[in-house]
Amino acid sequence: MSESAELTGPRTRIPSEGVAETAASERDIGVKVGDNLVEVKNLTVKFGGLLAMDDVSFNIKRGEILGLIGPNGAGKTTCFNAMTGVYKPTSGQVLLEGKLLNGMKQHKITRAGLARTFQNIRLFGEMTALENVVVGLDARHKTSVVGALLRLPRHIREEKSAIERGMALLEFVGIADQAATLSRHLPYGSQRRLEIARALATDPKVLCLDEPAAGFNPAEKEELMQLIRIIRDDGYTVLLIEHDMKLVMGVTDRIVVLEFGKKIADNIPSVIREDPKVVSAYLGEPEDDFA
Amino acid sequence: MSMSDGPKPLHTAKSEQIDEDREAVGTPPGSSSAARRKGKLFGAWSDRWAALPRQKQWLFLIVVVALAYLLPVINPPFISTEPGNDFPLACQLMAIYALVAVGLNIVIGYAGLLDLGYIAFFAVGSYTAAMLTSPDSAFIKIPYLWTIPVAMAVTMFVGVLLGLPTLRLRGDYLAIVTLGFGEIVRILATIIPAMKGQVGFQNVGHPPGVGADGIPIFANSNGTPWYWLTLTILIVILFLVGNLERSRVGRSWIAIREDEDAAETMGVPTFKYKVWAFAMGAGIGGLAGALMGGQVGFVNNQKFDVVTSILFVAAVVLGGAGNKVGAIIGGALVAYIPLRFTAVAEYKFLIFGLALCLIMIYRSHGLLAARQQLLAYGQKAYAAVKKSNDAKNAQPATNLGEELSK
Amino acid sequence: MLPTILLAAPVSNDWITLDFPSLAQNFWSATFDGLTFGSIYALVALGYTLVYGVLNLINFAHSEVFIMGCYGVWFTLSFLGFGPSAPNLDIGQIIVNLLLAFIVAIAASALTAFLLERLAYKPLRKRNAPRLVFLITAIGASFTIQYLIFIWRGPVPEQALTMFKPTPIFDVFGTIIYSDQLIIVCAAVIMMVVTDLFISKSRTGRGIRAVAQDPDTATLMGVNKERIIITTFVIGGILAGAAALFYVMKIPSGVVYNGGFILGIKAFAAAVLGGIGNVRGALLGGLLLGLIGNYGQILLGNSQWTDVVAFMVLVLVLLFRPEGILGTSLGRSKA
Repeated sequence: MSESAELTGPRTRIPSEGVAETAASERDIGVKVGDNLVEVKNLTVKFGGLLAMDDVSFNIKRGEILGLIGPNGAGKTTCFNAMTGVYKPTSGQVLLEGKLLNGMKQHKITRAGLARTFQNIRLFGEMTALENVVVGLDARHKTSVVGALLRLPRHIREEKSAIERGMALLEFVGIADQAATLSRHLPYGSQRRLEIARALATDPKVLCLDEPAAGFNPAEKEELMQLIRIIRDDGYTVLLIEHDMKLVMGVTDRIVVLEFGKKIADNIPSVIREDPKVVSAYLGEPEDDFA
Repeated sequence: MSMSDGPKPLHTAKSEQIDEDREAVGTPPGSSSAARRKGKLFGAWSDRWAALPRQKQWLFLIVVVALAYLLPVINPPFISTEPGNDFPLACQLMAIYALVAVGLNIVIGYAGLLDLGYIAFFAVGSYTAAMLTSPDSAFIKIPYLWTIPVAMAVTMFVGVLLGLPTLRLRGDYLAIVTLGFGEIVRILATIIPAMKGQVGFQNVGHPPGVGADGIPIFANSNGTPWYWLTLTILIVILFLVGNLERSRVGRSWIAIREDEDAAETMGVPTFKYKVWAFAMGAGIGGLAGALMGGQVGFVNNQKFDVVTSILFVAAVVLGGAGNKVGAIIGGALVAYIPLRFTAVAEYKFLIFGLALCLIMIYRSHGLLAARQQLLAYGQKAYAAVKKSNDAKNAQPATNLGEELSK
Repeated sequence: MLPTILLAAPVSNDWITLDFPSLAQNFWSATFDGLTFGSIYALVALGYTLVYGVLNLINFAHSEVFIMGCYGVWFTLSFLGFGPSAPNLDIGQIIVNLLLAFIVAIAASALTAFLLERLAYKPLRKRNAPRLVFLITAIGASFTIQYLIFIWRGPVPEQALTMFKPTPIFDVFGTIIYSDQLIIVCAAVIMMVVTDLFISKSRTGRGIRAVAQDPDTATLMGVNKERIIITTFVIGGILAGAAALFYVMKIPSGVVYNGGFILGIKAFAAAVLGGIGNVRGALLGGLLLGLIGNYGQILLGNSQWTDVVAFMVLVLVLLFRPEGILGTSLGRSKA
C-alpha cells in the first residue's frame, strides 16, 4: 500500500487505490452513468393540515452529486425522510432504478440502495467505530440466525470480510486509527466521518448526506468536500443536503432548491447562483452563508 | 420512539451548540483508545483479560470450569450454605438462575427490551416437562430428556406469539404487557382444569440412570448430578450465545438497544431481530424451567409469581445488563444470598428490589462493567490498529494496511 | 394418598363456559358494580396518565402509592374503632369519618408519591438516564415499597373494617343502587372533573401541559420543570388516595402488601385504553374496563377471569389502536 496509511490525523488524505477498491461499491447498478437513478415524482407530504412538501419532483442521475438546498424549514429533511421511508408520503412516488420505493420498510429501502446519514449524529454509542461500520456492512450479509449460532462457513467468511472492508472504509474516511474507540468517545469530526463510513458500508447506490458539515470550520468543510468528491469518483451517486451555500456550490454538479416545501429551481450551480428566485429565497439568510 | 440504552452525547446537538460540544469531546486523535472505559472499577479486568494470550485465557477458563464442576463436591466451608440448605441443591438453583439470567440478558441486556414476565416462560417450560412426564397428566409421555428440546420449542413459540403483537410497540408498553402476561400464565394454570392448579403434577420425570443403592442418580434430593447437567447445558448455551453475540445478530440487537430508528435506517430488520431476541430469551427460560421442574419433581401454580420475575431482572441488572459473565454472577448471587444467609432470606425481595433501584441510580452498568464483543475477528484488527498507533507515535511512517494483512 | 385424590378429581375440558343467561339476569347490577370499580380504576389510571404525560415513564410504583393510601384508610378506621361489622352511625358521623379517612389516605399516597419522585426518579433525571434505566428503577421502587410493607405488616390481609352498611338509594331497571356505589361514582367523577379543569385552566395545569408537550421549550419559557413534575406526582398521589378510600369501602379485605399490583395493571390498562396521557381518556378507559371486567366475570363464571379479560383488553387495544380511544396526549389535548 502507499503513504496514505500515514494517519497523521483524521483529516485530509486521499485514500490509496487499494483502500478505495475495497471500500467501493460491489453491486451492479441497472442504469448507465448520467441516466436517472432516482426519480422523485410529485412527492407531497402533509402533517395534519400542514403541507410540508408540495408536489416536488426531481431526478438524481447516476454518478452525480446533487445538492438539495433551501432556507430553514424548506422541507429538505422532510424530503429525505419521505425518500428513505421514515415518513409515508401523502402522495407521489420515489423510484430507484425504476423500482417503486413507497411503502417499503425502511431497512428494505436501505438494502435496495438508498443509504443516509443523520443531521444530528446517531451512532451506536456503545459500539466501537469498527462495529458501527460492520452494522452497516451487515445490510449486505446473508448469514441467518442459525448460521451465526453454529458458525457455519458463510458466517465465518462474512465476518472475516467484514473486518477487512470495515477497516478499509474507516481508512477511506480517515479514522482507521480510532477503529477500537467507542463511537461516543470519538471526537466530533470523527463521529461525522463515521456516519458517512457506516452509510457507505450498506453499499448504497445513492448516498444521502444530511448536512454532513454541520459544526465544521471552513478548513474541515474543505476536507469534507474533498471526501465527498472522492466518494463520487469511486462510483457512488450522492445526494447532499446542505445549508452552507459555499460548500454546495463548490462540490455539487447540480442543485435542487426548495422553499416552503416547493421546488423553486433545479439547475447547475452557476445558474442557481444567479437565479433571482433563489437569491430572494435566501435574502433573509446571513451574507456569508450565500457566497 | 424507541427505548434506547446508552448515552448518545451528540444526539440532540443543535448546530449552535456543536462548536462547544466538540471542544468538550475533542481529544487528539490517537489518544482516544486510552480514554476508553476510564473510571470503571472493573473495566480494567476486561481490558486485562483481552490482553492475555489465547493460551492463558484457555488455561484460566479450564481452571474456572473445573472448579465450577467440583463446587458441590468440595463444599467449601465458608461458602457452603449448610447446615441451613443442602449445598449441591443450592448449586443447582444457582446454575438454574444463572441460566435464566443468561437468557433474560439477551432480551434486556442485548436488545434493550424490558421483559418483566420472564417467569411465564420459565413456567411454560416447567409445565411442558411436567405434563409430558408426570403420571398425573393425561398427555402422551416421553422420556424426560426429550422434554428439554420440546420445552424450548414450546416456549419459543409462546415467546413469538407474545412478541409478534407487542414488539411493534414502544418498549415501555412491552414492560407492562409482559408483567401482565406473567400473572396471566399463573392464573390460567389455576383455572384451566388440565393444568391442575394448586394440586399440580407429581413425579415429574428425570434423566435415566440408577445408582448402586437402587436410588435413581437424578433423584430430587440429589443435587450434584442435576447441577452437573445444568452446568453443562449452561456452558453449551454460553458458547451459542457467544456465537450470536459476535455476529450480525448480536450487532443488530445492540444497535436496536442503542438507537432503534438508526438501526432500521442502516438496514437492520429491527422487528425481526426483536422477535428473535424474545424467542431466544424465551427458549432459554423454558429450558431452565424444564430443568427446574425435573429436579424438584413437582410442578404447580404456586411457584411462578411475578415477583420472581423481578428477581430475574435483578439478576441481569446486578451483573451488568448486556454482559453474559455478569449475568451468570448476578443469577448465582440472587439464588445464593437467600440460601447462604438464611437470616435475611425473608427479606430477599426487599433486598433485591432495593438493589435494583440503587444500582440503577448509582451504577447502571452493574457490578461487572464489561462490554460485549460484537465481532468474531475483531481482536486481531484492534491489535493491528493499536500496534500501528503505537508505532506511529514512535516513528511516523507505519503501514496500517500491512499490519492488517498479516 | 395424594395420587388417589388426584385420580378422583374430575378432569373436564369445559373450563370456558359462556353463561349468557346469568349475564342477562344480572346485567344491570353488573353494570352498576362495573361502573363503581371503573371509577376506582379511573382514579388510579389518572396517576399513570399524568406521570406518563410529563415524564414519558410508566410509574410502576404507582400501585404502591395507591396501596399506601389503603393503609392510610385502614389505620384511620382502626384508630376510630371500626370493626368487621358496620356500626350504627347517623349520616353526619359517617360523613365525618369518611372525610377523616379521605384526608389521611390522600396524605399517605401523596407523601409516598413525593418521596418516590425525590428519591428514585430525580437522581436519574439529573444524569439524563436512558429510558430502560427509568423503567427498571420504577419496578425496583415498586418492589421495595411492597416488601417494606410486607415486613411491616406481614403477608396476611388486614382485618376487614366496614365503615357503613350500604343502603339502597333508588331503583333503576329493577336493580337497586346502593349508597356506596353512588358515593364512589359521584365522588370519582367530581374529582376527575376538578382534575380536568385544573389541568386545562389553572396556571400549574398549563405548566403541566407545556412540560408534557416539550420539556425543553417549557423550561425556556420559564416553566419550573422540577416543580411541575413534583406537582404531577402529588396530584397523582391525591387521586390514588381517593381511589384507596373507595377501594377499602368496596373491598374491606383488600388491604394487603401486594394488593395494589393487579389493580395497578388494570388501571394502567384503563389508561392505555382511553389513550395514555389523556385525562378524559383515563375516565373513559377506567369505566369501560370496569364494565368489561364485570361482564366478563359473570359470563365466564370465575372472578379470576376479570384479570385475564383486563389483560386481553390491554393487548388488543395496543394491537389495534395503541393510541387508545381518545388518543390525544396530555400535551396536545385542548384546554
